[in-house]
Amino acid sequence: MTILKKILGRVLKPVVAAASVLAGAAATAAGGGIALDRAPADRATDVQALQRGAKLFVNYCLNCHAAQSMRYNRLQDIGLTEAQIKENLLFTAEKVGELMTTSLSRKDGKEWFGAPPPDLSVIARARSSGAGSGADWLYTYLRTFYRDPSRETGWNNLAFSNVGMPHVLYELQGEQVAKFVKVKDPHDATKTIDKFEGFEIVKPGRMSRIEYDNAVADLVGFMVWMGEPVAAQRKQLGIAVMIFLGLFLLPCAWWLNRSFWKDIH
Amino acid sequence: MAAGKKEPVVFTGLGGLDKPVSNLLTWVDARFPLMENWKAHLSEYYAPKNFNFWYFFGSLAMLVLVIQIVTGIFLVMHYKPDAAKAFESVEYIMREVPWGWLVRYMHSTGASMFFVVVYLHMFRGLLYGSYRKPRELIWIFGVMIFLCLMGEAFFGYLLPWGQMSYWGAQVIVNLFSAIPLIGPDLAIWIRGDYVVGDATLNRFFAFHVIALPLVLLGLVAAHILALHEVGSNNPDGVEIKENKDPKTGIPVDGIPFHPYYTVHDILGVVIFLMVFSAIVFFAPEMGGYFLEYNNFIPADPLKTPEHIAPVWYFTPYYSVLRAMVWPFFGIDAKVWGVIAMGASTLIFFFLPWLDRSPVKSIRYRPTLHLYFYIVFVVAFLILGYLGTLPPSPVGELVSQVCTVIYFGFFLGMPWWSRWGQFKPVPARVTMQ
Repeated sequence: MTILKKILGRVLKPVVAAASVLAGAAATAAGGGIALDRAPADRATDVQALQRGAKLFVNYCLNCHAAQSMRYNRLQDIGLTEAQIKENLLFTAEKVGELMTTSLSRKDGKEWFGAPPPDLSVIARARSSGAGSGADWLYTYLRTFYRDPSRETGWNNLAFSNVGMPHVLYELQGEQVAKFVKVKDPHDATKTIDKFEGFEIVKPGRMSRIEYDNAVADLVGFMVWMGEPVAAQRKQLGIAVMIFLGLFLLPCAWWLNRSFWKDIH
Repeated sequence: MAAGKKEPVVFTGLGGLDKPVSNLLTWVDARFPLMENWKAHLSEYYAPKNFNFWYFFGSLAMLVLVIQIVTGIFLVMHYKPDAAKAFESVEYIMREVPWGWLVRYMHSTGASMFFVVVYLHMFRGLLYGSYRKPRELIWIFGVMIFLCLMGEAFFGYLLPWGQMSYWGAQVIVNLFSAIPLIGPDLAIWIRGDYVVGDATLNRFFAFHVIALPLVLLGLVAAHILALHEVGSNNPDGVEIKENKDPKTGIPVDGIPFHPYYTVHDILGVVIFLMVFSAIVFFAPEMGGYFLEYNNFIPADPLKTPEHIAPVWYFTPYYSVLRAMVWPFFGIDAKVWGVIAMGASTLIFFFLPWLDRSPVKSIRYRPTLHLYFYIVFVVAFLILGYLGTLPPSPVGELVSQVCTVIYFGFFLGMPWWSRWGQFKPVPARVTMQ
């Protein structure tokens, strides 16, 4: 054990130092993108928020995207009854036991948007990165669409530049334009780059800014939940398992080991 | 009992056993060497009494192997090795199969923990010279297990059919195409197609669930048989067989593996399971290191990810590969990369003959050697860390320096392992 301690002490310091230098280099190298806003963390476990998010999801997202791994009746996990699901949320399916598919074919999707809209079942997990969680990315993405006449759809996005998807929630958020200013490229003084200065609402939507942020947070919460519906149960079971191992099995094993080994010197 | 070749064994010594049980054992033992093996490998296998923390990882590796096989069996019941269905079938396991999520997370966590445990087990060998005479074959079988495990992990990683699965396999298989003359055809032969595709998925599945597990089990058996033939080393590097009780012939510093080390290992198992469960239940993705985020995107042969990184346990060798950027002797730098990467794993085989230190254990070697170990471990960790990052000029230079340190450590060992003032090795093991 003494050797272990010695090694750890001597190894960790230079490693941490080197790592921080290199991580900085890597972050710059990865470049692009904007700093992600932090999505409110509580929504994925808040049943009411999840239900509001589910409503937005089936109304706005499932028109073009599918969530192939997700069954409608799994929404019972967020406090809805089969009847409620059937009456309020079934647009693309007949039965509550069906999967969340979309009527948009891959071929049409590719023709219309340049690429078929991705399946959203695990999108919140796929979008995680060093820059932030998948929820952070989605929360930023869904709030940073802006009018861009140079794009075929008329929309562009700060988190996903030149995205094929138009701003589906514009009637809620309203239409905004992005203001950019020309600044010198910090890496190359001979060039200029566009620096984002802020948004300006040019046509208000049905929601105020705070209401919209809130609605998007609910929607993102739903997608996080949908990415792993079992997550809450997993953590709960984890606590029980840790208690069993730590408070029961560990003392037993400790005692068993000690009673056998007390005569060995 | 009729007259047989063997004397019937009567289990009078197994106090507390009922007569019927004792009779059954006698019956079995007349037909199968049950007690003989029980004694040879457990109750009368004498292990040094001074094992420390580092000696838990052998039995833990065995535990993880069992976890992987059992969870693997259940995964195969629901997984579809079909390029059109594989990704969805994993999500099906995660959502629809009762307890499927637990089985899958145990398997994915088990894969990484296998390497954690094996790396620590190998480092133990380095610390205490466990590969030195007469344990060279144990070490060689062990390195073969390590290589086999890397293959197993590589083939298994394609199966979820995510972007990282796909492009990781593409990159590694393409390495073979760097081999002069036969390379391109060899790569096609391995993939069964011009790109990684359904044919590749099916054969990798076959290797992952049948071929390599069989080899792995055989190698593990050989590893343990070789160990029990010569006996375990220990943190002092003292041969306990050289000091036997003249009456019983039992090493004075040896204790029967069962019950002493079985109860000892049970304690290790419980502590390990706490770490393992903490990951499975609270952080199965382990920050993107055990389950890479990009692997939640289905494989897309037309969309190369911006940055392809292997899983963490391969990254040190991947860095060695990327460190080679010079076309020596007019041969493509990629070929040198492949050679260096191969050499960085195969070099472990030669450790028993590279190490010329007069003593086995680091405890009695000069402090200078400890510094060499530390530099080596740091270089290995930095290589591993760099392998997870996108290429950069700074990273390239650092990985080249670390690659030199990595190979320098091994290739310089015949010399440096004899340098310095060695401490006297005690005649008997010490309890710390």
